[in-house]
Amino acid sequence: MGGSAPWAAWPLASPLARPTSSRSARAGRAHVPTGCEDWEVAVRLVPLFRARVQVSLRPSVLDPAGEAARAAAARLGVAGIQRLRIGKAIEVELDAPDRAMAQQQLELLSDRLLANPVIEDWTLDVAEAPEPA
Amino acid sequence: MTIGIVVFPGSNCDRDLRWALEGCLGQPTRFLWHEERDLSGVEAVLLPGGFSYGDYLRCGAIARFAPILQEVHRFASEGGPVLGICNGFQVLTEMGLLPGALTRNRDLHFRCETAALEVRPGCCGWLQGYSEGATIGLPIAHGEGRYQVETSTLHRLMDRGQVVLRYRDNPNGSVGDVAGLCNETGNVLGLMPHPERACDPALGGLDGRALLASLGRG
Repeated sequence: MGGSAPWAAWPLASPLARPTSSRSARAGRAHVPTGCEDWEVAVRLVPLFRARVQVSLRPSVLDPAGEAARAAAARLGVAGIQRLRIGKAIEVELDAPDRAMAQQQLELLSDRLLANPVIEDWTLDVAEAPEPA
Repeated sequence: MTIGIVVFPGSNCDRDLRWALEGCLGQPTRFLWHEERDLSGVEAVLLPGGFSYGDYLRCGAIARFAPILQEVHRFASEGGPVLGICNGFQVLTEMGLLPGALTRNRDLHFRCETAALEVRPGCCGWLQGYSEGATIGLPIAHGEGRYQVETSTLHRLMDRGQVVLRYRDNPNGSVGDVAGLCNETGNVLGLMPHPERACDPALGGLDGRALLASLGRG
């Protein structure tokens, strides 16, 4: 199976994508019993991580949309733009038992789904979300 | 022999393919919904054009995770014939069955016209109905058909005869004028042009027939 590397990382088949303990990521969200929706329930079994994945076209890849935006910038009267490249930012919130696991999961996500490494680079910023008040 | 046509949410050439195969060539087909996993009785798999899953994220990026494509990957790895047309080609690259990626056309225009193509069938099973070096005309209709791959990989593909279809007049900025690629074993073909739109005399061209008819030759 030549060229099967992307397939090997099929998230559903990857041990990374499985819960590492009996508490799944979903179980991390506190269950609010029916009728108690107004209660202030703020119990988290696992911490929540917030991440921002920045995806950009690799420098060697032509960005015609970026070129078009650069031309429009000149028409707007903004002179002197030397470089304009269009990428995308993806915001993710993730339950994970610890930061290392969150990082691992988010790297898998970024490399195998959010970006295509053939044409794109990605960077990842992860932070633990503050406890709800 | 029954030919499977995968249907994703957002596919829009699946019925054209069925018409070309059944109506024009007399080949039985079966639609394969993206959530299925059963390829039994299917002797070839076609991935149609369109906008699978709205082409969110990137063309073909989400389709790659469709349950049916796990089976298609296995089928292709065992030598089964797989053809990806337009969005189907994009899906094949995202799946890793073909190298490279398809990106926004150089001039940002959606190109909808007949493209002249040079055919180099080599060992590609799908193209054995064409002679080496023939020029054919097939319709193209895409906004993201600019083939992109590292130069070293492109050279390797060319050396191995995997660049089986090239534009005579490059409409989208593809590296190496690549319009279609096959894998090393010749059973998987991906191409941006639409052979299914050149099978019915009513549409003004028949150059796609030999490609889809290759399935009938065994």
